[in-house]
Amino acid sequence: MSTIASDGTDLGHDTHDAHDDHDHKPEGFLDRWVFTTNHKDIGTLYLVFALLMFFIGGAMAMVIRAELFMPGMQLVRPDFFNQMTTMHALIMVFGAVMPAWVGFANWMIPLQVGAPDMALPRMNNFSFWILPFAFTMLLSTLFMDSGGPAAGWTLYPPLSLQTGSSFAFVVFAVHMMGISSIMGAINIIATIFNMRAPGMTLLRMPLFVWTWLITAFLLIAAMPVLAGAVTMLLTDHFFGTSFFNAAGGGDPVMFQHIFWFFGHPEVYIMILPAFGVVSEILPTFSRKPLFGYAAMVYATASIAFLSFIVWAHHMFTVGMPLEGELFFMYATMLIAVPTGVKVFNWVSTMWKGSMTFETPMLFAIGFVVLFTIGGLSGLMLAITAADLQYHDTYFVVAHFHYVLVPGAVFTLMAGAYYWLPKWTGNMYSERWGKIHFWCSAIFVNVLFFPQHYLGLAGMPRRIPDYSPQFADFNMWSSIGGFAFGASQLIFVGVIIHCVWFSKKKATAQVWEGAKGLEWTVPSPAPHHTFTKPPVVDDTMVAHADEAH
Amino acid sequence: MKKQNTFIVSLAVLVAVIAAFWLLLAAPAHTGNQINMTRGVSSLAETHYELHMIILWVCVVIGILVFTAMFTSIVLHRKSRGHEAAQFSHSTKAEIAWTVIPVLILVGMAIPGTSALVQMESPGGAEMTVKITGYQWKWRYEYVDDDIAFMSSLAPESNAARQLGSGVDPRAVENYLLDVDNPLVLPVGRKIKFLITADDVIHAWWVPAFGWKRDAVPGYINEGWVEINEPGTYRGQCAELCGMDHGFMPIVVEALPEDEYDAWVSRQQSGSNTGAGAGN
Ligand code: HEM
Ligand SMILES: [Cu+2]
Ligand SMILES: [Cu+2]
Repeated sequence: MSTIASDGTDLGHDTHDAHDDHDHKPEGFLDRWVFTTNHKDIGTLYLVFALLMFFIGGAMAMVIRAELFMPGMQLVRPDFFNQMTTMHALIMVFGAVMPAWVGFANWMIPLQVGAPDMALPRMNNFSFWILPFAFTMLLSTLFMDSGGPAAGWTLYPPLSLQTGSSFAFVVFAVHMMGISSIMGAINIIATIFNMRAPGMTLLRMPLFVWTWLITAFLLIAAMPVLAGAVTMLLTDHFFGTSFFNAAGGGDPVMFQHIFWFFGHPEVYIMILPAFGVVSEILPTFSRKPLFGYAAMVYATASIAFLSFIVWAHHMFTVGMPLEGELFFMYATMLIAVPTGVKVFNWVSTMWKGSMTFETPMLFAIGFVVLFTIGGLSGLMLAITAADLQYHDTYFVVAHFHYVLVPGAVFTLMAGAYYWLPKWTGNMYSERWGKIHFWCSAIFVNVLFFPQHYLGLAGMPRRIPDYSPQFADFNMWSSIGGFAFGASQLIFVGVIIHCVWFSKKKATAQVWEGAKGLEWTVPSPAPHHTFTKPPVVDDTMVAHADEAH
Repeated sequence: MKKQNTFIVSLAVLVAVIAAFWLLLAAPAHTGNQINMTRGVSSLAETHYELHMIILWVCVVIGILVFTAMFTSIVLHRKSRGHEAAQFSHSTKAEIAWTVIPVLILVGMAIPGTSALVQMESPGGAEMTVKITGYQWKWRYEYVDDDIAFMSSLAPESNAARQLGSGVDPRAVENYLLDVDNPLVLPVGRKIKFLITADDVIHAWWVPAFGWKRDAVPGYINEGWVEINEPGTYRGQCAELCGMDHGFMPIVVEALPEDEYDAWVSRQQSGSNTGAGAGN
């Protein structure tokens, strides 16, 4: 197996072994996992943590859907319901999707650019180990007397300032997550700029590396803004300032501008790496180079730029001047152009390929279809006058769940199935992977599609109870929700089987059509890879020659 | 032969995709539930409904084209059918086309989008003004020119039924959660301006039949307007999370013909100004 690794891949000191014990992994549990500076182990930590958070956030979603199963209040009090919606979003955004992407970055970026590790390994350890503390603190607020935050993940004042003393814990938890993200981003940028193997020019980088590079810049620009916003909330709450208090000369709307200046780039932080993963998987299983590589890079960059000038499309009902509303409408509509380019390029990548439909491919195709639906509803929301009806209804809930669940989350799963054999050295069960896909794909639509109808028919978001006219579709949605949640247990089963029980060994190449440096190292990827840099040439990159 | 094959498959896929869209966008209406935006009872609502339908159709057509291309490829270009992968990786012509055409479509959408917005932002020339103030968790209505003011909160029957474990079936309560003690009474056929603000936290005043919602922000006075076409009762809800009972501060508007409205006003002015609904 190690012969396939060929030159370039240094398998440690004794070239002959890809097996665990000669790998120079640290021995004890603490040394291996707590004090680790190894990008692969830290990547694993991030991914396991993110999966745990998915299930915690998911459990909260189950509470929400159970209460909304039928009209009337059956299970929880309204204030607890609001804590659930708020915590669900905070956990999913900051605890699940973002750390999961950092986990992928840790595992794959060094392997994809031919680097021995991340540029700043100790900081890497630190940025992970902040997270368990941040989320323990955040979750602990649910058990405090004043209860958890209940003002929505957007934390709008004055409402958020009515949170009790637990609010301080929320703010500090957000600060810690922000620090973790910024450190992660710095690390990724430093790795990509300084650690690429000879010949790995920028325009030879796989798209996952490109999209993460751009995402890292978004993180560095956006997270400090969030930190500033919540710090002002903190001082307004505890130290008598009036940043957002109208009675004290402050401005509650100002908070929304600051929040969404962070918030809109944030949604792209969650989706750009997804674009990258899909742009890796579609060529592999189409056995055809990615269509329009350069256009993909430029489209990603322009989406990133535009994401900083569209924030107020979340605030169309707040009472802006006409000129402002028009500007933000036009700017938001513009985002549809590079987003469209991406979708068209993905379809063209598949066109005239020689496709097979292993689980990663199924999730990637599911992504393209369902993300497109979410993008189209985004385009509708961009039209200000129509948004005066859509805003703050279930139509918006449907929009962002389409882009986030079958968008970001499906690609996380696609990526997990795609690289699991490389991580573990074993093949996962293709049959159960496919069952997982079909259950997820069907139930995610039962869960979220009816929410479009509910929103258009007039159901506001963030309410614990509703008029019986909304009963039927809420029931569909809840049934879809429970089934979707249950389907994710299959995923855990597949992972456990793959890591510990699967008898089918993976080759280094794993997938027939896979190209790129990560497929030149053995499976499982040894603890240390590329300690001698590989030599990169055009045949190794996943797209045709870089000129295009 | 090969070409023909592609054509027939894409036609079949097109039919399937259209059927899927019909299933998602039209069929659920047959359950007897409302699945689309209301046309409403004002010119603004009508405009917003039409705008919504235009952009919805544009999105549907784009969706049908993209998915047809994609699923045609999925049917035809599989390894299991022995399809060999082509190796092309770009086409300047196609890339220019699918950048420029979407821009043109967007311009086409922006034009009605802009004019609708201009109409919305023209509250001038109003014949009467109502000031709306959001409180946790009720509304206050103040008829600025007529010296009438009252609070409007969730109707007692709904309020009793919505308590955790009340044991009351919501379906047995008339207009569950969409009923108030004192509705806002308005005339048909007059241009009415609303001044919208809040006293504690942010709320949003929304009656779907009027075509818009607007945030009620402490320290700000936002404007909105309506000219109601038809008498009737129109229901809405607070649309901005405002705390524990955000789901329980509905809005009810009773739209009366002008003469009945004027009669209502004089009745209010002769009686006490605090809290009396229509039809009493
Ligand atoms: C074609 C691209 C997109 C457009 C034009 C678009 C447009 C919009 C608009 C106008 C809103 C505000 C709706 C309202 O509150 O009334 C919105 C909400 C939202 N969008 Fe998108 N969007 C797009 C793509 C995305 C993507 C890719 C994501 C994330 C992966 C995303 C996540 C969200 C979220 C989370 C919200 C709701 C935030 C909240 O209020 O809590 N959107 N989108
Ligand atoms: Cu946005
Ligand atoms: Cu409210």
